[in-house]
Amino acid sequence: MEQDVNIKIIDREGVSHNIVAPTDMAMNLMEVVRSYELAPEGTIGICGGMAMCASCQCYVLSDTQLPEMQDDEEAMLSEAFYVKENSRLGCQIPITPDMEGLEVELAPES
Amino acid sequence: MIKTDILIIGAGPTGLFAVFEAGLLKLKCHLIDALPQPGGQCSEIYPKKPIYDIPGFPEILADDLTKNLLEQCKQFEPGFTLGERAETIDKQEDGTFIVTTNKGTKHQAPVVAIAGGLGSFEPRKPLIHNIEYFEDKGVEYFIKDPEKYRNKRVVISGGGDSALDWSIFLSDVASEVTLIHRRNEFRGALDSVEKVQELKNLGKINLITPAEVTGILGDRHVKAVVVSQAEHIPTEFEVECDHFIPLFGLSPKLGPIANWGLEIEKNAIKVNNALDYQTNIPGIFAIGDVNTYPGKLKLILCGFHEATLMCQAAYQIINPGKKYVLKYTTVSGIDGFDGSRKEAPKAVVKAID
Repeated sequence: MEQDVNIKIIDREGVSHNIVAPTDMAMNLMEVVRSYELAPEGTIGICGGMAMCASCQCYVLSDTQLPEMQDDEEAMLSEAFYVKENSRLGCQIPITPDMEGLEVELAPES
Repeated sequence: MIKTDILIIGAGPTGLFAVFEAGLLKLKCHLIDALPQPGGQCSEIYPKKPIYDIPGFPEILADDLTKNLLEQCKQFEPGFTLGERAETIDKQEDGTFIVTTNKGTKHQAPVVAIAGGLGSFEPRKPLIHNIEYFEDKGVEYFIKDPEKYRNKRVVISGGGDSALDWSIFLSDVASEVTLIHRRNEFRGALDSVEKVQELKNLGKINLITPAEVTGILGDRHVKAVVVSQAEHIPTEFEVECDHFIPLFGLSPKLGPIANWGLEIEKNAIKVNNALDYQTNIPGIFAIGDVNTYPGKLKLILCGFHEATLMCQAAYQIINPGKKYVLKYTTVSGIDGFDGSRKEAPKAVVKAID
């Protein structure tokens, strides 16, 4: 299907998953991780995707052009743990055709 | 010992609505919650967020939903044990259960309904290697009794509402308040941010940003924290203090419930959704986000439905063999345990000449 994009996600155990995500279902990266059950339920997307818990923190490994970070995401990351330069909240990354080839690694649970 | 008909673990929307449904069946409820206030996630994580999928409410703030649910169930006089976490459950010979909290409060009921959402909220602890050693030795993740900090030197870290609000409050109580945050920007309500600015200008709050507490010093009690400041040239220095209060929010953990012998799948409790949301242990139900079954959706509205069916099954357990038919509140009204009565106004019958 042409609306799908290919994404590589490294889970918290270090296992790499090449997955296909739809671009037409208004999904974000956190929801993609949940739909493929790449992290146990209850350990990711706790706030539902409001940038209020940082349980979906991930490190962006590819140079994919991502939407600019908004204030609430930046503020949440400034209170999160294990934050690196390339940290983003998965719930703030919508799956669009631009995400083709995106590679991310899930941050540890905290 | 607190005795009740249905002991509800979790005072979120599902637990609160269960009080109402139980009340219609003349069953009394008591709720236990680890948080100091009712509302669960609605009050702890997103009180100011609008919810759009509560039937009959095109839009309602999570905080208002909690207030409405409390108002709706108040005539059934629910009891609350707040700020305590349900720790153990023991089945008695008479078939009832005794649930004991982490503070030793005991509750006895013939039916237990777990409405625990994603679990009980535990503080998120910063990654400081010796922080656990100093817990209750000067490191606190909650402020329970502000008087404890009178004339003490306090360091608070965090960048949200609670860090700001407690810094403001303690600036009048403690001898010294230092607020440390990784950024210059804070995430709290605008007037809290402005108030901290004002107190900083007055010298009542010592603000250190952008910086992070990276170590704790002390012997048997906190004596100082190590602060790493990142601006321009990275520096590290010590701030002497009696208390270090990291306020980085709370994250839910299933916790001790996981050891109650219940069937757990995907961090949730398996229930019989074909019938009554009972778990593998008869008399223990799980409703709302905490349960799982084929097709489960973690929605508040689904929790309401599950709570309603659970109460019917609880009625059968508590009143075995007793006849009952479903009543509509439009027909029977509501008789509160407090003696109040709500009912539809009588129709006026009057001829037209």
